Amino acid sequence: MELVLSIGIGIMTGSGVWLILRPRTYQVIVGLSLLSYAVNLFIFAVGGVKSDAAPLLEEGVAVSTMTDPVPHALVLTAIVIGFATTALFLVVLLAARGLTGTDHVDGREQPK
Amino acid sequence: MTGEAILVLLVCLPFAGSLAATILLRTDSRVLAARIAGAVTLASLVMTAMLYPAVRGGAKVRLDLEWLPQLGLNVTLRMDGFAWLFAMLVTGIGCLVVLYARYYMSEEDPVPRFFSFLLAFMGSMLGIVLSGNVILLSVFWELTSIFSFLLISYWHNNAAARDGARMALTITGIGGFCLLAGFLVLGHIVGSYDLDVILSSGDTIKAHPLYLTTLVLILVGALTKSAQVPFHFWLPNAMAAPTPVSAYLHSATMVKAGVFLLVRLWPALSGTYEWFMLVGIAGTCTLLLGAYFAMFQQDLKGLLAYSTISHLGLITTLLSLGSPLAAVAAIFHMMNHATFKASLFMAAGIIDHETGTRDMRRLSGLFKYLPITGTLAMVASAAMAGVPLLNGFISKEMFFAEAVETHADSVLDRMLPYVATLAGAFSVAYSIRFIHVVFFGPPPTDLPKPKPHEPPHWMRFPIEFLVFACLVVGIVPSLSIGPFLHSAVLSVLGPRTPEYSLAIWHGVNTPLVMSVIALIGGAALYAFLKDYLARCDDGPPLFRHLVGQRIFERVLVTVSWKWARWLESRLGTRNLQPQLRLVTAAGLLAGVIPLYIAGFSPKPPVLGEVDPIFAVVWCIGAFCALGAAYQAKYHRLAALVLLGGAGITTCITFVWLSAPDLAITQLVVEIVTTVLLLLGLRWLPKRSVKVDDSVALAARGRRFRDFLLAISCGFGMFLFSYAIMKQPVPDAIASYFLEKAYTEGGGRNVVNVILVDFRGFDTFGEIAVLAIVALTVFALLRRFRPAADSIEKPEQQRIQNAYDAAAPERSAGDTVRDYLLVPSVIMQWMFPVVVTFAIYLFLRGHDLPGGGFAGGVTMAIAFLLQYLAGGVRWAEDRLRILPLRWMGFGLVVAAATGMGAWAFGYPFLTTHSQYVELPFIGKVPAASALLFDLGVFSLVVGATVLILIALAHQSIRVHRVRGLEAPKAEEA
Repeated sequence: MELVLSIGIGIMTGSGVWLILRPRTYQVIVGLSLLSYAVNLFIFAVGGVKSDAAPLLEEGVAVSTMTDPVPHALVLTAIVIGFATTALFLVVLLAARGLTGTDHVDGREQPK
Repeated sequence: MTGEAILVLLVCLPFAGSLAATILLRTDSRVLAARIAGAVTLASLVMTAMLYPAVRGGAKVRLDLEWLPQLGLNVTLRMDGFAWLFAMLVTGIGCLVVLYARYYMSEEDPVPRFFSFLLAFMGSMLGIVLSGNVILLSVFWELTSIFSFLLISYWHNNAAARDGARMALTITGIGGFCLLAGFLVLGHIVGSYDLDVILSSGDTIKAHPLYLTTLVLILVGALTKSAQVPFHFWLPNAMAAPTPVSAYLHSATMVKAGVFLLVRLWPALSGTYEWFMLVGIAGTCTLLLGAYFAMFQQDLKGLLAYSTISHLGLITTLLSLGSPLAAVAAIFHMMNHATFKASLFMAAGIIDHETGTRDMRRLSGLFKYLPITGTLAMVASAAMAGVPLLNGFISKEMFFAEAVETHADSVLDRMLPYVATLAGAFSVAYSIRFIHVVFFGPPPTDLPKPKPHEPPHWMRFPIEFLVFACLVVGIVPSLSIGPFLHSAVLSVLGPRTPEYSLAIWHGVNTPLVMSVIALIGGAALYAFLKDYLARCDDGPPLFRHLVGQRIFERVLVTVSWKWARWLESRLGTRNLQPQLRLVTAAGLLAGVIPLYIAGFSPKPPVLGEVDPIFAVVWCIGAFCALGAAYQAKYHRLAALVLLGGAGITTCITFVWLSAPDLAITQLVVEIVTTVLLLLGLRWLPKRSVKVDDSVALAARGRRFRDFLLAISCGFGMFLFSYAIMKQPVPDAIASYFLEKAYTEGGGRNVVNVILVDFRGFDTFGEIAVLAIVALTVFALLRRFRPAADSIEKPEQQRIQNAYDAAAPERSAGDTVRDYLLVPSVIMQWMFPVVVTFAIYLFLRGHDLPGGGFAGGVTMAIAFLLQYLAGGVRWAEDRLRILPLRWMGFGLVVAAATGMGAWAFGYPFLTTHSQYVELPFIGKVPAASALLFDLGVFSLVVGATVLILIALAHQSIRVHRVRGLEAPKAEEA
C-alpha cells in the first residue's frame, strides 16, 4: 500500500515538475494540477494510511483506530481552493494570450 | 474630563478632523475646511492647557492600553511638563498657522486637502510628543515623515515641490528606519520599550556593549529629522512647500522632533564621550555652516531655512554638552526659536503673497507698502539675531555661558566659544540682511505684483501674536514662560535640575561680551558683504558648487538606477522558466540537505504487502500522469482526459484509505475542473505536431536538465513519502479532535466538525479567498479580448453550420442539438436529482461524508449540466442564477453565524449544538455550525458558477465583438 502510493506520488510529482518547466501555459496548468494531486496525497498520507478507518464516529468504535482527520480537513479545503486558483490561472493565461498573441509563459516567443 | 481621556482625544481628534476635511474634498467648501481645522486645533490647544495642573512640578499623566503586551508593545500615552510645553507649541502654533493659511491659500488650491494633511500632521506630531512607548513613538515619527511629504508636495504640479518632497521623505524615512532599529536595540538593552523604564535605566544603557550601536542609530534618526549636517540639505529643498507648511513643519514642529527626541532621551543616553563627540560635532558644524550658508541665500525662505538649520544646530550643540544647565537652555531655545521663526516664515509668506517674489535681489524698500508687517518682521529678526529684550537674547546668552564652560576637555570643547561667537555674528548678519534688503533701500522696480499692500488683519494676527510673545518672554521671562519651563525642566532632569535664572541682566560677564562682539561683528560683516550679496548667485562662495542636493541625487541615481539595473541584469530574469527552475531546484535541495545531514537511509521496500488491485489502480494513475505530461503540448484534449484519469485515481485512493469526504470533494471538483479547462481550450492556439529535427543543442540541453530535475523531484518525493508512511503516526492533535468532535462539536463526521467548528475561522478565511478569486476571474473576463486567431468560429462549428445552411429544412445549430439530443434530455431530467443530491450531501455533512464544500460544488454541477445540455442561451432563458448574490449571501450568513456567538458572550465563531425534535422526522441534530456550513455551501455554489459561467459567456461575447469589428474589416 505505502509503496504503491509513494511511487504514485513520486510519478505525479515528476510529471508535474516536468510540465511546469515547459514553455507553454497549458503545460504549466496541467503540471500544476498534477503537482497539487501529489501534494494533496502527500499531506493526506502524513496522517497515516489505513483502510476502513474513516473518521466518522460510531457507537462502539474506538477513536484510536481511526485515521487522523486533520490532514483530511486541510486537504479538503486545498482541493476547493485548488480549483479556484486553477480557474484564475486559466483566465490569466487566456487574457495573456489575448494581449500578447502567444501562449508562451513569458508572453513572447523565445528568440531563436 | 480626566487627564487620560484628554490624552486619547489629543491624539485622535486631529486625525478625526483630518478625515472630516477629506470628506469635504469634493464640495466647494474652502472656508468650511478651515473652520474645521481651526476648531480642532483650538480644541486641542484648550485641552492641552487644561492638563497643565496635572503636569506641574514634575508630575505626569499616563495612560496604558494593551496592544501587543506579549511583545512589550502598548499604546502608552504620557504627558509630563516637557511634553506639555511641546504640545502647547504644536497646538498653539497649529492654531495660528491654520488662521494664517485660511487667508494664504488661494481660491484655486484644493484647500480641504491642505487642511486635512495639516491636521493629520498635527496628530502625528502630538503622537510623537505624547508617546510613552518608543515603538509607538517610531510609528508616529514615520507618520510625520509621510504627512510632511504630502504637505511639501501639496502643489504637486511643481517639479521642485515633488523633488523636495521626495528628498525629505527619503532622508527622514531612512532616519526613521534607523531610529526604529535603534529603539529595538534600546529595548533589547533595557528589556522594555516603555519610555519611563528606559529613562530610569540610563546607567545600564551607557554601560552596555551595544550602547554605541543604539546611540548611532537613534542619532541618525534624530539628526535627519532636525536637518543636521550632513543631512541638512533636505530642509532648504522643502521650501517649495506652501509657506504655512514651512512655518509649521520647518520651523516649529517637525524639525523640532529630532531635538525633542534628543531631549527626551537625554537622561538615558547623554553624558558619555561618544555622545559628546557625535552630537557635538554634528551640532557645531550645523550651527556654523547653517549660519554661514544663510547669509548667502537669495531666497527669503532659503535664508530662513538655513537659519533654522543653524538654530537647530545650536540646540543640538547645547544638548551634546551633557550639563543640566545646557539642557535647560536647549529646551528654552526650542520654544524661543519656534516663536520667532514661525512669525518670520509667515512674514516671508506675506511678502511673497503681496509682491509675487521671494528673491531678495528683486525686493527692496517695502517698508512704505508694508509698514506693520515690516515692523513685526524687524522685531522677530532682532529676536533671531539675539538682541536684548527679546526672547532669543536670553537663550543665546545661556548658550554662550555654556560654551565658555569646560565640559569634556577636547579640541571641540575649547573651540566652542569661538564657534559660538562666529555663528552669532553670522546670525546677526543674515538677520540684518533680511530686514535691510526687503524693507529699506530704493523703491522696488521689478516686482511681479507691482502694488503690494498690507494683508487682511487676521492674516497678520498670528505674526502679531508671536512677536508679542517674543517681547513678553524677552522682557519678563520668569513671569511669563518661567513656571512652564520649570515644569518641563523638572520632568526631563528630575533631581538633576540645576539652579538657573532667567534674568535679562547678569552683569558684565563673558557671555555679554560675546554677545556684543557678535552684534558688532555681524553688523560689520553685513556692511562689508552688502554689495557682493546684492548681486551674487544663490548660495555661498566655495560651497556653491558642492550642493548636498546634487550629491544626494547622484547617490539616488546610482543606487536606485545604475546598481539596481546592474544587479537585475546579473541576477534577474524576466523569463518564467529559469525562475521556476531555480525555485524547484531550491525546493529539492531544501528537502535533500536536511535528510543528508541527518544521515537518512531509506528502508528497503517490502513487495509482499502490495495490494494487487490498488497497484493496478495506480498503474493506470501513473500512466495517466505520465501521459498527460507527454501530451500536454500537442494534444491538449488528450492531456485533459489523462489529467482527469489521474484525478480519479487520487479520488479512488481517498476512498481506499478511509477519507470519504476527500473522495466526494475530489470527485465533484474534478468534474468542474475538467469542464473549466474544456471551456478554456477553445481560446488556445492551434498547435499541430511538427517534426523538428533541427532543435538546437542548447534547447536539448535545457530539456535534459529539466528532465533530470523532474526525475530527481519525483524520486525524492517517492523516498520521502515512503519513509513518512512507514513511520508510526505520532499521536498529535488527532485524538483531541476525535474525542471532542461529538461532545463539543455535536457531529460525527470529524472532518466536517473540524472545518465548520474547531477551525471555523480558517474555513471562513478560505471561503473569502474563494470569493475573491471568483470575483477576480469575473473581473478579468469582463475585459477579455481573445487572440486574433481564436476569434473565428472553431472549425467543427463552421462545418456544422455549413451543413445546416446547405439543407433548407435545417436551421443553424441543429446538428449540434441532434448530436446531444439524448444526453441533453437526460441532463435536463437529472437537474432535480442532482439538486436533491447536493442538498442531501450538504445536510448530512455534520454526521456523514458530505458538507458545504462537496454539496456546493455538486449544486454548481447541477447548474452546469443545464448549460451543457442546452447551451448558454437556452439555460439562461429558463434559469436565472445570480452567482454574486449566492456568494454575498454565503459570506453574510457565515459571518453572521460567527458573530451570533458574540450575542451570547462567546468569541467569534463559537458554535452551539443540540438536537431538535421534528414531527415525522424525529430527532435532528441542529448545530449553529450547520448555518455556517450553509454559508460555505452558498458561497461555493456562487463562486464555482460565477467562474464557469463567466468563461462560458465568452463564446457569446466574442460574437458581439466580431459583429462590431466586421464593418471595420469591410471598410479596410
